[in-house]
Amino acid sequence: MTTLQSIPIQYYLVFCSLLFSIGVVGVLIKRNALVILMSIELMINSINLLLAAFSAYTNDPAGQIFVFFIMVVAAAEVAIGLAIVVLIYRTTHTIDINVLNKLRW
Amino acid sequence: MTTIISLTILGVLTLFLGIMKKQSWLLPVILLGLVVSMVLTLRDWNTFSSYYNGMIIVDNVSVAFSMALIFSAFLIFSLAAHYYRGVLRPLDDIYGVMIFALLGAVMMTSYGNLIMLFLGIETLSIALYVLAGSHKEAVTSNEATLKYFLLGSFLSGFLLFGIALIYGSSGSFDLGRISAFVTSCAGIYPPMFLAGLFLLIIGLAFKIAVVPFHFWAPDVYEGTPTLLTAFMATVVKTAAIIAMYRFFTHTFHGIHGVWDTTIWVMAALTILLGNLTGLYQPNLKRMLAYSSISHSGYMLLAVVAFSAMSDNALLLYTLSYSIATILAFAILILIREAHGNDYFSSLNGLAKTNPSIAFCLTIAMLSLAGIPPLAGFMAKYYLFTTALEQGLLWLVIVAIAGSAISVAYYFKPIMAMYLKESNGIKLMVETPYKVSIFFMALLVVLIGILPFLVIGLL
Repeated sequence: MTTLQSIPIQYYLVFCSLLFSIGVVGVLIKRNALVILMSIELMINSINLLLAAFSAYTNDPAGQIFVFFIMVVAAAEVAIGLAIVVLIYRTTHTIDINVLNKLRW
Repeated sequence: MTTIISLTILGVLTLFLGIMKKQSWLLPVILLGLVVSMVLTLRDWNTFSSYYNGMIIVDNVSVAFSMALIFSAFLIFSLAAHYYRGVLRPLDDIYGVMIFALLGAVMMTSYGNLIMLFLGIETLSIALYVLAGSHKEAVTSNEATLKYFLLGSFLSGFLLFGIALIYGSSGSFDLGRISAFVTSCAGIYPPMFLAGLFLLIIGLAFKIAVVPFHFWAPDVYEGTPTLLTAFMATVVKTAAIIAMYRFFTHTFHGIHGVWDTTIWVMAALTILLGNLTGLYQPNLKRMLAYSSISHSGYMLLAVVAFSAMSDNALLLYTLSYSIATILAFAILILIREAHGNDYFSSLNGLAKTNPSIAFCLTIAMLSLAGIPPLAGFMAKYYLFTTALEQGLLWLVIVAIAGSAISVAYYFKPIMAMYLKESNGIKLMVETPYKVSIFFMALLVVLIGILPFLVIGLL
């Protein structure tokens, strides 16, 4: 039994779900594109923690390997995201997402 | 597997040609490369192999859909020379990213592990965020890419959380072992597993753009450069629907009682809302966006009505939908170039100034509406009969009602072209572009008359 396993898995599950929910709420209520990006990162990192915890409990390395893949993908996503935010800033001089009103349904 | 390798090489080669400043070689090399990957894909037919401990599974379904995806991309690239003819800057980045997006799409057809599914979706999505904003000077393109990026990565988070919960309860990412876990549960499923399943449905539904996760689609489609909108509406949608289809029918078929009501309701809502909202669109591009939303509803029918026939029905449907949609977008590109907008009034009298182009757009619209004897009719016929055999009478009634509504808006451009007075602007079309348009129109008619070319394959 490792140190990680001495804490019940439910604790990890609740903690990660809470972190994930904070990220979701952040995306929904914040108007600044950078803060939204940070909230999305929080969501992804809570999932990483959850995967690592599951992986430790089932003694199956696949979950931890997947965390590395997620990190790589998240890094690529943030690189693209920041580029897009810069693009928006150049044309509108703000990163408030309320300026996104040229296209409507 | 050879498909994935050959497309990777093609993408790198495209970027390399850009570095070597061989702009004129780009499109010939890409078109040739796509043909080569189609040939290499066909060699996997009937092999049924898996690679890297079941990470990638190559069977006839994945080969057939990979072929459909590469063929759609081929048709889109055949329009690129005309679309980008006035652009002076190097285009190797846009073409290269398109090929990498196609690579992600192919991964989504042949995954055997949730890790590969996630990587495929992200390869596709990250490439698409770049493509949606590739017209950097246009405010609409910037807005489309930011909307798509924020919503896309937000919903990827849900997909990932779903994958994590499924991993936590079943102990594996491998589809075969998850399937074995589902069987071993024997009717009592852990709540964590069910939560994961529904989060996964949300994540995939966003990528396919089904109601209630469709709000991004019309805006993003309208803001994205038109050629790349065609790519989104066909390649991306086909890839996402086949990813969902494989996942739910092969891995989760044992518990279809748990999820099929959800998919049923989503399909019915998508068909009704997509078609009803389509009626009120002021321009052709937004109309095509709603048309593509409602078509994803029809495609969901195949997921609910899984049987021996549904593979074929879905293949025929995606193929006929993709070809007709690319044809419509090809003509939309011409109209936007000539008029600067794509309101229905821009189509007035097109039958007098460009009779052949008007005829091709008519074929595309009639096929999308499902009028016999075109491909769209045959595709709907096979899909609806498959659903009826599975006892989905009410869903088929909703789908047929939806098709009836859709006829109203598909006839809007046709009426404008044939009945209204012309405004005297003639569309300028070069011969190669015309050849691709005629080729696609011919394919739509051909698949409609001879559906057996496709329907007996799988």
